[in-house]
Amino acid sequence: MRIALFVTCLADTMFPQAATSTVRLLERLGHEVVFPPGQTCCGQMHTNTGYRSDAVPLVRRHVRVFDPYDVIVAPSGSCVGAVRHQHAMVARHAGDRALTSRAESVAARTYELSELLVDVLGVTDVGAYYPHRVTYHPTCHSLRMLRVADRPRTLLAAVRGLDLVELPAAEQCCGFGGTFAVKNAETSTAMLADKMRHVLSTGADVCTAGDASCLLHIGGGLSRLRTGVRTVHLAEILASTEQESAVRR
Amino acid sequence: MTRRTFLGMPTTAPPGVGHLRGDESFPAAARRSLTDPQLRRNLRHATTTIRAKSAGVIAEQSDWEQLRAAGAAIKADTLHRLPELLEQLEARVTEAGGVVHWAADAVQANAIVTDLVRTAGADRVIKVKSMATQEIGLNEALHAAGVTAVETDLAELIVQLGDDRPSHILVPAIHRNRAEIREIFLREMPGVDPELTADPAALAAAARRFLRETFLSTPVAVSGANFAVAETGTLAVVESEGNGRMCLTLPRTLITVMGVEKVVPTWRDLEVFLQLLPRASTGERMNPYTSMWTGVTPGDGPQAFHLVLLDNGRSAVLADEVGRQALRCIRCSACLNVCPVYERAGGHAYGSVYPGPIGAVLSPQLTGIDDNASLPYASTLCGACYDACPVKINIPEVLVHLRAEAVDARRRPTAESIAMAAAAYTMDHPRLYEAAQRAARMSRVAGRRGRGLPPPLNGWTGSRDLPEPPAQTFREWWADR
Repeated sequence: MRIALFVTCLADTMFPQAATSTVRLLERLGHEVVFPPGQTCCGQMHTNTGYRSDAVPLVRRHVRVFDPYDVIVAPSGSCVGAVRHQHAMVARHAGDRALTSRAESVAARTYELSELLVDVLGVTDVGAYYPHRVTYHPTCHSLRMLRVADRPRTLLAAVRGLDLVELPAAEQCCGFGGTFAVKNAETSTAMLADKMRHVLSTGADVCTAGDASCLLHIGGGLSRLRTGVRTVHLAEILASTEQESAVRR
Repeated sequence: MTRRTFLGMPTTAPPGVGHLRGDESFPAAARRSLTDPQLRRNLRHATTTIRAKSAGVIAEQSDWEQLRAAGAAIKADTLHRLPELLEQLEARVTEAGGVVHWAADAVQANAIVTDLVRTAGADRVIKVKSMATQEIGLNEALHAAGVTAVETDLAELIVQLGDDRPSHILVPAIHRNRAEIREIFLREMPGVDPELTADPAALAAAARRFLRETFLSTPVAVSGANFAVAETGTLAVVESEGNGRMCLTLPRTLITVMGVEKVVPTWRDLEVFLQLLPRASTGERMNPYTSMWTGVTPGDGPQAFHLVLLDNGRSAVLADEVGRQALRCIRCSACLNVCPVYERAGGHAYGSVYPGPIGAVLSPQLTGIDDNASLPYASTLCGACYDACPVKINIPEVLVHLRAEAVDARRRPTAESIAMAAAAYTMDHPRLYEAAQRAARMSRVAGRRGRGLPPPLNGWTGSRDLPEPPAQTFREWWADR
């Protein structure tokens, strides 16, 4: 299958390994990945902070860039959530009917990575090998906007060598919330402290999630406290193989 | 700023009266509550307990999702034909011997109630716990007129005796634990046993002794209403303690203050809400007391009944296509109990009698966005509130909508608006975007895990490291393949 990668600005700039892993994983499964040029950002930060009109050109750009593709994937529940639940709203608010319907059409063809693997490609064992104790944080937008439910856990459970441990109070937000983390830094930090306490209680050496943004937040806190627990994107785990592991060793 | 509708009614709740506006912004108020470890322990314990209890009884109900859909649909229909239903309610209440008063705002409502109490010749009223009367600051207005209002809901009494503010819709003293309640009773309750312990049963017994005497000696009661049935003119109050039942039946005069959105079209509609409300709010299958009354019944219960219909900004909310869903709220507090922000910051940080996620969407609409501009940002948009809401109010959607309103209401550019515009421009020009990525990489030299960044980014680095930008962006990696 020919799959267009919506890299997301955060993964592109700060966490390229989430995106390169998505490419390697999909190619290993026998699919063709293309990277549509001209893509930048979905505009979620603008919309969610109240700058709806600033988001309009970004929605227009996103729709123009991705409209030619049948299947689009992003390694982010949050950015796919923005495409699926906000782009049409932003276009409608700007009074652009043509853009609204094109945005709806692109949204219907856009999948978060675990959705693409399980629902579109029909695979739950991607042949990965990852010999670590791992806990999974189901990010709010994956969980409650996209309803990815158990898809990521199912994928992780099939990874060889991986010891999956349940995260207590997993469904509670980590406190990131985009500009919330800065505007309400103290409340955000209080939420993060509880999330980190739960992560540490699992004894996992890796905390994974389907969103680089939440991992930036949780990882930033775990690093500040020098806990030694790493944050790793779900795509990186699923892309890991025994051969790679052997080479590294 | 008071805007007016084409009907000439003030569209927002007037300032200077009632409790819809805080003294400071949410982040500033939250910062202070977060430094109180006792408050955080109390809140965590209480919200965790209610969450578990509520989830348990909701799981028993196989048609919960259908009930939610029905609740949302009935409320949406009600809001769609609100004027007609309110007039129908007025007609039925009047036929049954009640008197209906229309109050455009808090000032009018307070004046109406004060006049009625004076006319009844009372200098003391007993109160059933009510959000609407807190919203308009009725107790303060009565006090100014020389009338003492005694709260009879146990938690509300704790708040009143402690000269405190409620911090939760349903459990107003959620921020207090047993030991603190004992201290308040010992200090403030007339005739209290000095040997009082912090045992919940002993605390309840002390309150009961104090309240019983008040019930029997007070001729006027003031209540709110959970529901009003337009078809029959029936008012309904649901509660757990029975103190509400005392207020609704013992005094000669009963005055009910009700937000206009509390009306439901038919008697049968109560079937849906009386299932939704207790399970979503207290985690009970059925609330212990459901009191219903229609006008007055000669020889039985209050012989004078007044219904005050309160607007106080609700027409403005109704006029907003996205925001009006907030008027579906049945004040169950499920959104507070699941909200991770509420659990840490507590109810007082919201500055309004309506705290938590529903408060963050309701208060700024009732007052106008200018007076509560920080509230729509008091959320991570995690969506837990939307999932918990028994009438399916899409709170995150309204929050995002109100944030846009807050930005649009600003008269001049801010550092944030300039940065947002610059970011949008950069993101719409891929060459500039790539240049910005290279600039981010240059900051690797600055290093030190992003510590010591200037405001507002120091909000991040106070508790979190920033990773170093990678040696290669994804698009550079892709181009090199």
